[in-house]
Amino acid sequence: MSRMNMIQAINSALDTMMDRDPDVLVFGEDVGYFGGVFRCTAGLQEKYGPTRCFDTPIAEGGIVATAIGMAAYGLRPVAEIQFADYIYPAFDQIVSEAARMRYRSSGEFTSPMVIRSPCGGGIFGGQTHSQSPEGLFTHVAGLKTVMPSNPYDAKGLLIASIEDDDPVLFFEPKRIYNGPFDGHHDRPVQPWTKHAKGEVPDEYYRIELGKAEVTRAGNDLTILTYGTMVHVAECAVEETGVDAEVIDLRTLLPIDVEAIENSVKKTGRCVIVHEATKTSGFGAELMALVQERCFYHLEAPIERVTGWDTPYPHAFEWEYFPGPARVQKAIRKVLEIEGVA
Amino acid sequence: MKAKPLSLHIPEPKARPGDTPDFSDLEIPSAGTVSRPAVDTSAKAMHDYAYDLVRVLDDDGNAVGDWDPKLDPDILRQGLRAMMLTRAYDDRMYRVQRQGKTSFYLKCTGEEAIACSQAIALQDRDMMFPSYRQQGLLIARGWSLVDMMNQVYSNTKDRLKGRQLPIMYSSKECGFFTISGNLGTQFCQAVGWAMASAYKGDTAIAASWVGDGTTAEADFHSGMTFASVYQAPVILNVVNNQWAISSYQGFAGGEQTTFASRAVGYGLPGLRVDGNDFLAVYAVTKWAEERARNNLGPTLIEHFTYRADAHSTSDDPSAYRPKEESERWPLGDPIERLKDHLIGLGQWSEEQHDELAKELKEQVKQAGKEAEANGTLGQGPQLSAKYMFEDVYKEMPWHLREQRQELGV
Ligand SMILES: Cc1ncc(C[n+]2csc(CCOP(=O)(O)OP(=O)(O)O)c2C)c(N)n1
Ligand SMILES: [Mg+2]
Repeated sequence: MSRMNMIQAINSALDTMMDRDPDVLVFGEDVGYFGGVFRCTAGLQEKYGPTRCFDTPIAEGGIVATAIGMAAYGLRPVAEIQFADYIYPAFDQIVSEAARMRYRSSGEFTSPMVIRSPCGGGIFGGQTHSQSPEGLFTHVAGLKTVMPSNPYDAKGLLIASIEDDDPVLFFEPKRIYNGPFDGHHDRPVQPWTKHAKGEVPDEYYRIELGKAEVTRAGNDLTILTYGTMVHVAECAVEETGVDAEVIDLRTLLPIDVEAIENSVKKTGRCVIVHEATKTSGFGAELMALVQERCFYHLEAPIERVTGWDTPYPHAFEWEYFPGPARVQKAIRKVLEIEGVA
Repeated sequence: MKAKPLSLHIPEPKARPGDTPDFSDLEIPSAGTVSRPAVDTSAKAMHDYAYDLVRVLDDDGNAVGDWDPKLDPDILRQGLRAMMLTRAYDDRMYRVQRQGKTSFYLKCTGEEAIACSQAIALQDRDMMFPSYRQQGLLIARGWSLVDMMNQVYSNTKDRLKGRQLPIMYSSKECGFFTISGNLGTQFCQAVGWAMASAYKGDTAIAASWVGDGTTAEADFHSGMTFASVYQAPVILNVVNNQWAISSYQGFAGGEQTTFASRAVGYGLPGLRVDGNDFLAVYAVTKWAEERARNNLGPTLIEHFTYRADAHSTSDDPSAYRPKEESERWPLGDPIERLKDHLIGLGQWSEEQHDELAKELKEQVKQAGKEAEANGTLGQGPQLSAKYMFEDVYKEMPWHLREQRQELGV
């Protein structure tokens, strides 16, 4: 066991897998010698050599396409896209190629590969360093999409993603790389070393894809969330003092529908929280699922707390970022309908 | 016979931290050795220019050879002032970022000659599609420093209303297209703009700039293809400053060939120029400008230069390249070189130079005061968050109006 932040946990997952399997290759822009602009791949080139961890040309489409070619050959490439905001030049390769390789060749060729990419806001990164594009990928048949919320999960989920036989989009909320940011930007963030989930095994372990985690048990309402917003939601729950159940989805596709169903049927109320824009966002899918599966258990309309439907602005970081105050408002709204709170 | 196992090649720069930088294998022809072709020379007859290096200023500061644009000393002094002002502006804005007055800044130290001479070589009606390292274009065109600073601070007078990351300027009035943070996307847009100008029988041309690293993006190659197919009146610039954050230009293909030689495969003239030589950049740009303006088609120019400072305020280059590398750069500093030239002409002096440096520092300081009175990021007067919801569409749809009301702005 070691105390790790999320960057170290991701590094440890890559290290563990490169050590176990010579077919695991790690590459991307500034990933090799420098070890990545967020340092997630630091030391890997030195340890495993430049043919296993290397820099690439600045061509996201090319990075993903070469990963597809390597994966088809039989390797297990882990490609980094420096910021999720720069993934779009690779969209065609991901959507038309990686996602459908298995289907169109009846399994003759497959794309067992991981695309890691830092996502999300809270860093004054403006429209090109803040986006949460996960919903664009959950919409595509053939892709899996993962977003961890802490170091322990990050390592276990990344290992499971690398071992997965299908292409996985692995989004890393950069705002929580160094600590569980709860949305209170005016307060210091406690480091991961002080958090239970900052305790990370040095060795190999997996967290199965498709399994959510109840990070806080409760009876009055269910909050479905993932990534940075897990910490914002937990903070909002503490501050309101309600008995909410917080579910960290961890994998968005395949989604852990059982965990969602069990919780919402128990609580009868549901709030969905994500950073991404609202319209056609992943929250819409969650809302539809809850409605389809738990309609007769619902005691209030489902609420969504999301980023606004605008490009991510620079100066209005905290007006844009859905912080604890907005989550609290939604909590009160779903509870007040029956005057519980 | 047993087949030989293949092996994978990964490029590696010659020097990393701890190594002694070594540029001895760079082929740097003496100034004045490359001839100036007629502007209507066919692309096919120009292949050598893609591998050569156009230089005008020699080591003693003399302008030599037939690329010498023979500029009036007033224009030279204008160029020197623009470069020095750009550097003074960069220095101050870098410091204010360090003081926490904004989130981000990015300098163009060592590369000032490119933007400053090209802005002067082009005409005001031409549209420039810059990368984020061409602040010199705005400065050389005399654009307001206060206006630029307002954008960097996202303050109440920011013409981009706090929406854009610092340095991603936009000024239609100045012929400066809104900068995208996504690399390479604007290269082919410049071609489209130029095609529109040609379609309309207009007289304006377009120019665009990308870094060496960005030439790897598919958009760079789309730009080259469209420019060639439609013979668009556009100047396509690659600023090869040797680095793309931590990746040396070998990761963009520079290990095997020059960036100017990309032009060869597309049937365009490609020229390689000493990017730290104000006169050479000016002359080559004028050549390309004349060509474009006379319906003779597009040109690719590789500016051979060096990123003398960090990539941005988020970067520390000592982690991936030798500290002394920038001092060892064999093509020198563009400001010093133009200064020496002017002094050699008897048109400038050390005293005048020091005086000007002081004056520009003061000018930037005054502009800074004025801009900071409009607020800095998170301090002093602030823009209303209502601007977040405007300009997403021409008319605000109901859902955005509802969201704006929910935020209470
Ligand atoms: C599409 C895209 N991918 C990645 C990035 C991240 N990024 C910003 S600058 C940069 C390096 C660019 O290098 P180069 O083109 O040589 O320009 P320079 O910074 O040297 O002027 C990278 C990778 C980006 N902005 N856009
Ligand atoms: Mg560069």
